[in-house]
Amino acid sequence: MALRTQEFIGGVRDTLPLMLGAFPFGLIYGAVAATSGLSPTAAMAMSAFVFAGASQFIALGLVAAQTPVAIIVLTTLIVNLRHLLYSATLMPFLKDLSHKWRIALAFWLTDETFAVTVHRFQRADASAEKHWYQFGSSIAMYLNWQFWCFSGLMLGKRIPAASGWGLDVAMPIAFIGMIIPFVKTIPMAVCVLTAGAAALLTLALPYKLGIMVSACAGIAAGLTVERTRKKTKGASGR
Amino acid sequence: MTTSEAALIAGMTAVTFGVRYFLFALADRIRMAAWIEAALKFIPPAVLTAITLPAVLLPHGDWHLSFSNPYLIAALATAAAGVRTRNLLATIAIGLAAFFVYRLFL
Repeated sequence: MALRTQEFIGGVRDTLPLMLGAFPFGLIYGAVAATSGLSPTAAMAMSAFVFAGASQFIALGLVAAQTPVAIIVLTTLIVNLRHLLYSATLMPFLKDLSHKWRIALAFWLTDETFAVTVHRFQRADASAEKHWYQFGSSIAMYLNWQFWCFSGLMLGKRIPAASGWGLDVAMPIAFIGMIIPFVKTIPMAVCVLTAGAAALLTLALPYKLGIMVSACAGIAAGLTVERTRKKTKGASGR
Repeated sequence: MTTSEAALIAGMTAVTFGVRYFLFALADRIRMAAWIEAALKFIPPAVLTAITLPAVLLPHGDWHLSFSNPYLIAALATAAAGVRTRNLLATIAIGLAAFFVYRLFL
């Protein structure tokens, strides 16, 4: 099998648990959209073009409250700021790709695909086609999202209480599995503990800003500890 | 679809794609300072933790800090499995199993 195909399939396969996690949210998005005042075409167009679960949910709420378009767009920008952290992390791995590739991978960048893909890029093997892995993960998340949004829209209020099934547990579980391999050093442990504590302290922040603030706190803490340890090591070595 | 809906979707698409593409567009032109390069490796665990911990401790938006919270039990089981097996798929399978088994007997 060609390396590209292998990478693509690997990306799809490793994204499966997160597709399971996104399923109830897609279904609920569709069902809520049906009652929000947004037309079905617009609700699907939003899934197809914006493709960002959290901002889509928030937009539905704002549409229902008859918020002006400019405010909803601004809110979307704020909710999606965390993607800057994702693209900063992936940037060194994509710098030699054509702009066509970078545009495609940017359009499909989500929390889930970032989480899956960063592990692939950081593995030491010399595959020159790792972007096909990200592409596979992207397409899998995208088709999954469209399918469940559409199903939710069609079923509307008739959907069984999918939110009560607990499938939303798949995302935190997959993410915990992905965090653990990172925590190998003391600075990493400090980073994770700080980010976690900060996330609980910033729950009151609106528009997912808590994620961004907490991540930055964790990163700063990790960096600080790393630098201090290097300095002490340097001093004791003399 | 009304004009205002089209404007809404066009605007949301533009800002979302803009944020996602901004750094990718500059990827071959930016030289990162050493401290930023050192900071990058902390981003994935920091963001993932910031998303995950509230999802586990406040599964439906309210604090649920007790052993009757299946999300918390599943998280602990997943963490233990992750440390032990060092295999992502097995870890996720164990976490999901812990969640549904625990809920079944609750």
